[in-house]
Amino acid sequence: MKILVAVKQVAALDEDFEIRDDGRDVDPDFLIRDLNEWDDFSLEEAVKIKEASAEPIDVVAVSVGPEEADEILRKCLAKGADRAVRIWDDAIEGSDPIAVARVLAAVVKREAPDLLFAGVQSSDQSFASTGIATAAFLDWPHAAVVSQLTFTPGAATAVFRRELEGGLLQEVEIQCPAVLTIQLGINTPRYASLRSIKQAAAKPIEVVALSDLGLGAADVGEGGSASRVRRMFVPDKGHAQLIEGGAAAQAARLAAIIREFKGDSA
Amino acid sequence: MSGILVIAEQRRGELRPQSLELVSAAQPLRRPGEVVSVVVLGKAPDRHVSALSVAGVDEIITVEAAIAEFDPDTFETALGALIAQRRPDVVLVPHSVDSFGYAAALAVKLRLGFATDVFDIRRIDGELVATRGGYGQKVSVEVDFPGRSTVLLALRGNSFKAPEQSGAPRITVFEAPPVAARSYLREFIELPAADDVDMTGAEFILTIGRGIGEEANVAQFRELADAIGATLGCSRPIADAGWLPKSRQVGQSGKTASACKLYIAMGVSGAIQHLAGMKHVSTIVAVNSDAGASIFGVAKYGIVGDIFEVAAELRRQFAGDAA
Repeated sequence: MKILVAVKQVAALDEDFEIRDDGRDVDPDFLIRDLNEWDDFSLEEAVKIKEASAEPIDVVAVSVGPEEADEILRKCLAKGADRAVRIWDDAIEGSDPIAVARVLAAVVKREAPDLLFAGVQSSDQSFASTGIATAAFLDWPHAAVVSQLTFTPGAATAVFRRELEGGLLQEVEIQCPAVLTIQLGINTPRYASLRSIKQAAAKPIEVVALSDLGLGAADVGEGGSASRVRRMFVPDKGHAQLIEGGAAAQAARLAAIIREFKGDSA
Repeated sequence: MSGILVIAEQRRGELRPQSLELVSAAQPLRRPGEVVSVVVLGKAPDRHVSALSVAGVDEIITVEAAIAEFDPDTFETALGALIAQRRPDVVLVPHSVDSFGYAAALAVKLRLGFATDVFDIRRIDGELVATRGGYGQKVSVEVDFPGRSTVLLALRGNSFKAPEQSGAPRITVFEAPPVAARSYLREFIELPAADDVDMTGAEFILTIGRGIGEEANVAQFRELADAIGATLGCSRPIADAGWLPKSRQVGQSGKTASACKLYIAMGVSGAIQHLAGMKHVSTIVAVNSDAGASIFGVAKYGIVGDIFEVAAELRRQFAGDAA
């Protein structure tokens, strides 16, 4: 029994940043990298199932990314993943979620897990597409925005809740193997202990080449993608009228706004 | 390749409001003679025909499905067959929890150009260009779709205004191929109110976010909310951590604060889902120590400062008022 967890090393912008010379991305010097927040929850969900199971379960963290993505895979190993797999080739640079999904699907075929978890979306590019696109390449049943999951290892189906808009939930049963995209709040992700961080540092990260997966350069990058970045820019967005002064003066102005509102609505 | 397909979304017999926003988004994309068709899929889809008969819709395509509610296999099979038959140049869907479940799969299966969370679309030299956010909405990203004859775009809610005038579209029935669904909807569950708060009806909300730091700090903001006469709400991380019940979460996936007129957000950075759920509020005041927080982009007033200091001073301002 095996659960594959797709994880992404996301990037946040430094307070000050510059757009790259070609105008199509941010200069990488200004990016702060970390494990995607959603993926922390999907990894925890897999580890929880493993810990509750009588039969052995392998939790495998998989990431499509360059060598620096080893950092998030080590984090996954420290938090309870049994193995970590990273796929990279320079041709993957510039891939959109569809091209990344094609690579992930090839890994899933090789690993043959019972479930694939992915985050609902990434905190940086927020496509909310990679998990479900992977399911399409595999032709597996799939569901998005899972906020509660009941799965007994070996069972033919899983039962979960989807978090819809406006505080509504849906309870759904799905045939396995399946792809589920996991929502924030489904569990409380653990912190890795110092000991497990040390142990994870000694574990191998399996590096897989595109050719090992039967894929070529044409399957990834811009050619393998369903969209192409034309231009990235800082938008002229509206900005709040700033209330200046110290906390006391700011609070006094805020109090006036509140009293005015109450006067109006009374 | 001609025509624009708009995929309407319905749930429990109600058309979702984003469906009509897509109709407006489609208009500037029309090329001469090009038709805008709205697709409505479900059990007895005819019931939505009158609501969808708005200005700018030339045709409504009804697709009868065996399953009343959204199901990924049903949607992908029916829409896949329709797109293959019509060969439209643009397909518009809402960027919603349901489309998260099928749009990317449709793009893969039909080899469509594809982008999500799009808030602006235009044609530049005849080529479709979509704009979306990047790096947590700090930048805008223009994408195009070289070599793709059909492009599927998922549009962010509240980015386009629904048409107000009615229209007289023709009605077409599309027979979808049979499908064996691999998942099964058991039931809908309403979020139970853990305390007797009504966020939906609240006109004045004070919301707390990650900036409050720890659970022990919730109490002082609860007292502040009482003192100023606001309903206490929270952003997702606070509800997920269990510091406040889920029924107090506002934003897209929490309760819709539809009656809210004055909204004070303290320590809320402003994830897109949160902002999208509050966009209708006339007066948003954001208090945050990070001058670069996204919420300052939608707020009317901004206070860059320590939320604890501002909260304490505000409390003092209302100290003489009866609770």
